Amino acid sequence: MSARSRNNVVLTGKEDGPVVMLAHGFGCDQNMWRLVTPTLAEEFRVVLFDHVGAGRSDLSAWQAERYAALDGYADDVLRICRELDLRQVVFVGHSVSAMIGVLAAIREPERFAKLILLTPSPRYVDDGDYRGGFSRADIEELLESLDSNYLGWSAAMAPVIMGNPDRPELGEELTNSFCRTDPRIARAFARTTFLSDNRADLAKVTVPTLVIECASDVIAPPQVGAFVHAQIPGSLLVTLDATGHCPQLSAPEATTQAIVSFASDWR
Amino acid sequence: MCDGGRTVNPTESGLPIGDARFSALLEDSAEDLYEHAPCGYLSTLLDGQIAKINTTLLTWLGYTREELVGRRRFADLLTVGGKLYHETHFAPLLRMQGQIGGVALELRAADGTRLPVLVTSTLKTGADGEPLLIRTTVFDARDRRAYERELLHARQEADRERERLQRLVSTLQRSLLPPALPAVPGMEVAAYYHTASADQVGGDFYDLFRLADDRWAFFLGDVCGKGAEAAAMTSLVRYTLRAAAHGDPDPARVLDSLNEALLAEYSPAFPFYCTVLFGLLTVAAPGAGTGTVEITLTGGGHPPALVIRGSGAVEPVHPAGGLLVGLMRKPNFATVAVRLEPGDGLLLYTDGLTEARMPDGDLFGDDRLEELAATLSGARAPDMTEAVARVLSGFGPGLNDDTALLALTVPSSPPKASS
Repeated sequence: MSARSRNNVVLTGKEDGPVVMLAHGFGCDQNMWRLVTPTLAEEFRVVLFDHVGAGRSDLSAWQAERYAALDGYADDVLRICRELDLRQVVFVGHSVSAMIGVLAAIREPERFAKLILLTPSPRYVDDGDYRGGFSRADIEELLESLDSNYLGWSAAMAPVIMGNPDRPELGEELTNSFCRTDPRIARAFARTTFLSDNRADLAKVTVPTLVIECASDVIAPPQVGAFVHAQIPGSLLVTLDATGHCPQLSAPEATTQAIVSFASDWR
Repeated sequence: MCDGGRTVNPTESGLPIGDARFSALLEDSAEDLYEHAPCGYLSTLLDGQIAKINTTLLTWLGYTREELVGRRRFADLLTVGGKLYHETHFAPLLRMQGQIGGVALELRAADGTRLPVLVTSTLKTGADGEPLLIRTTVFDARDRRAYERELLHARQEADRERERLQRLVSTLQRSLLPPALPAVPGMEVAAYYHTASADQVGGDFYDLFRLADDRWAFFLGDVCGKGAEAAAMTSLVRYTLRAAAHGDPDPARVLDSLNEALLAEYSPAFPFYCTVLFGLLTVAAPGAGTGTVEITLTGGGHPPALVIRGSGAVEPVHPAGGLLVGLMRKPNFATVAVRLEPGDGLLLYTDGLTEARMPDGDLFGDDRLEELAATLSGARAPDMTEAVARVLSGFGPGLNDDTALLALTVPSSPPKASS
């Protein structure tokens, strides 16, 4: 199967423009970028995709083992780049995809021109002096509630509980048109995401990097943005006057502006 | 006749305008309806800061208005898991869709207890489409959550039962098939078994065993039905065939013995019958590496075996007579002799293979099987079963019956070192 169909790759924007690849985080799909894509498309070749298990990706390509670590996702990013022969890629990774981009850029630095890490966190769980913002118990609580289906789509959840895998249409019309996620895959992705620890990888990044954080973000609090900035040699840090973990939705203009100015500053 | 002037009797048409009780209802002000509605109301700024909250929700949570309005965000009321869910799913979807409904979350009350709720939010926008604030309704979902937990437990219990059943079925299935085929000197042998359902014991069977130094018996067949009865019958068939072959190995008399054994078990509720191919093979000079193999084959109601010649020719072998085993008093099983030369092979199969539906809806059928067999000319037995198994797995859901394969091949003479 081609990476293009497996990851539901969508190409838009200026055909001969520099390549900007937008990678969504845990919880949604490429729809996350809908407010920033139009402006980016004026100047750049925009590459959108869904991680396997999210959106309109090929769910049958999902394997528990492959996607139990962020490396599996980084591998998918590199496969897309190779298949579409993308070079000098400006990779924009939101949330967990920021670390997926870090891993991909360490493996094939020649492939990437720049990294833009949007609300990144290399580790969500506190560890010694490191403050990720969550205790181990907090994350266990999240995983437990996802495991037991007590969180999330109550309506869409009913068919899941009732065990009607043979009649997916029962759940279909109830689920949202955006950010479709298979609950089983979402649980595994949450585990992979929130138990990851990529602190040691940050220093290995050799690609010019911009870190974008929000002034108030419960998932990636300011001290985490500062940590990422301090660990990646020569990186820049921009703090947006925005609330929440998804500035591309809550502050799309400022986010777009930060991406455009860093991406188009060709040296 | 016209009755336009008549006064409507309240008892005839419900509450008329002006009725005192109806007026009392009208005095139920919007304000009071908001504050004491049977659900929680909450309005927040776009960053989640609580701007307005109704008395119902305050009561559920045990907070005063002053403690929340202008001081806390909606996400602050959630459990940690809920907060993460809110940030990664709820808030983005609300921004994208303008509304989001029926989401199960848990609120944390002032005393630390958790309140399961169903949350629906809408984004109120200004005239220019700019989002202004978020309106949220909160429904008490304690009963529903308890009900869902019950369902979840029932589902988990059912899953465990099914696992137990499948373990039992697979153990039983294994006990009905030889764990591995014995090595037959001068030949290569291989078998393949596909079970259509993990919940039911399949009705197909095969076996291969030694009778004397150079003589071997083999069989492959299909009992009627599936599940526990089929398993019991398969067991009976297998042990009858093995025992009969050791007593009097003439293939037709072996099937006669099986016929009698099945007739003895017959009852209208559980008709005991099967199709089977039973064969006897003798390897000439087994010590000499490779040679000819003489086979005597008999069958009852079973699809023909295929002789696949090293030359590429495919010959269906159909023993004459041969009705279903276990139905008739005098079935008249006949035998047919087959000689395999080096490079030749014999393939036995059950009708799960030929009656499988291909992705385009057509049956796989005898002709396509013979075409496939022709491509396997000269193949070793394990390669033969593997090639057919690959074709089978390509049918996907079209393969809805059990399928057994048994391949017996005579290796070609090894090429001389000089040539």
